[in-house]
Amino acid sequence: MRDLRYIEDVSTLVIDQEKCIGCSLCTVVCPHGVFEMKERKAVIVDLDGCMECGACVNNCPVYALNVTPGVG
Amino acid sequence: MFADDKKEFHGEAIQILPSMPLNFNVGNNSVVSNRSSSNASLCCGTVSFIPPDFKEKYAVPGYKMECFVTGFVQTDAGQVPLVSTNMNLRDIFATAIVRAGITRNQYRISPGLYATGEPDKNSEVLVTANFKLTFDVLRSSLKGQNLWILVLDTKGVNVWCAAGKGTFSTCELVNRIHASELEKIVSHRRIIVPQLGATGIRAEEVKKQSGFRVIYGPIRAEDIGRFIENGRKADSAMRQVSFNFYERLILTPIEVNCALKPALITAIVIFMISGIGHDLFSFQAALMRGIMPLGFLLAAIVTGAVITPALLPFIPFKSFAPKGIITGSIASAYGLWFAHLFSPELLSSIGKSGMVAVFLFTTAVTSFLSMNFTGATPFTSPSGVEKEMKCFMPFQIIAIVIASILWISSAF
Repeated sequence: MRDLRYIEDVSTLVIDQEKCIGCSLCTVVCPHGVFEMKERKAVIVDLDGCMECGACVNNCPVYALNVTPGVG
Repeated sequence: MFADDKKEFHGEAIQILPSMPLNFNVGNNSVVSNRSSSNASLCCGTVSFIPPDFKEKYAVPGYKMECFVTGFVQTDAGQVPLVSTNMNLRDIFATAIVRAGITRNQYRISPGLYATGEPDKNSEVLVTANFKLTFDVLRSSLKGQNLWILVLDTKGVNVWCAAGKGTFSTCELVNRIHASELEKIVSHRRIIVPQLGATGIRAEEVKKQSGFRVIYGPIRAEDIGRFIENGRKADSAMRQVSFNFYERLILTPIEVNCALKPALITAIVIFMISGIGHDLFSFQAALMRGIMPLGFLLAAIVTGAVITPALLPFIPFKSFAPKGIITGSIASAYGLWFAHLFSPELLSSIGKSGMVAVFLFTTAVTSFLSMNFTGATPFTSPSGVEKEMKCFMPFQIIAIVIASILWISSAF
């Protein structure tokens, strides 16, 4: 979805690098390629691509991710 | 194997639902419902194949016939309906109706386990939603595959939306695995859940509660064959959603449909305020003056619900409301130009203030409808939509109020 972009700097997605165990499940479930693995940790590489669907938050085994979407 | 009989059978098989008291033989293959408690016989003895008029002759009251079921597979957990990977004319017609936004809330199939091809104990299990449109897209992309399909009860909603709303959930998946006795049907302990279902599923919890390991499959059903061939691995293209021209256009009939009811109310209001004039209120004036803004209302609906979505990436701005302001002002300008060409008298009769009123009204309605399309896209974040609504809705409302005042004043 590089050709269609939405409003910047609004996504409430946050990752706690301390908690991350590098399982890479967030890179699997994210439909917009928001995450990448760097040095055995997941990092957010495209925050503005995030649509706050919550797939990563729901599947993170160590609860390292959080998102608080608005009412839309 | 049951598949041998498929050539002879051209009619519709019935879908046997759990607890259906049936016990009959098909071909060389004994098809017996182990769920039968009464052992009631449907036919007298053994039939070699299911006759085409089976549905009419042997329909059991209270059970629904499904046109996509071609037979049954006998398993250790009873018989499982075998589904066709072909769409028949009825499916295609129903798809068109649902795409138009008619009866889409009732377009569902019975949840539970289905089979396609000739699956065995080592075959993969796909999980999906019980929205018939979703199920049709899935089964028609499974040609030549031998698979089990576990359909969750999502109340007739597609996988992604159901996952977001909590019906495509860990709880429903675990319960459905248990209800269909999946552990008796396959010897492995893995299920392929569509990636977009991840919003509603917690893989770790599914494993804990059911023993089945969740593997997130590709987003699109068409990639399932390659995904399985690649050893259940998806490439990055399979993992990213797209929203191309066709994918946007197919959503527009529902956008138009949803706009019609508010549009009818708007049309009534237009005629009411168009009738206000020197005589306080005149029906003749309402009809004469109301016809033009009504035309512009229709133009706004087409522009906001079809043109903006179709041209989405080519219209400047990232927010949808300003995209709508652009398409809406172009549509209004074109509309006024057409009015000038075909009926200059009508245009001059409303005066400058009337023209400004029509322009503001059309632009505001188009902007609102364009903003409404955020709900149908796969890339807009709720936080972003909230920001955009707070920012642009005041302008849209002010524009409508000014347009109404100018329109009424143009009658005097």
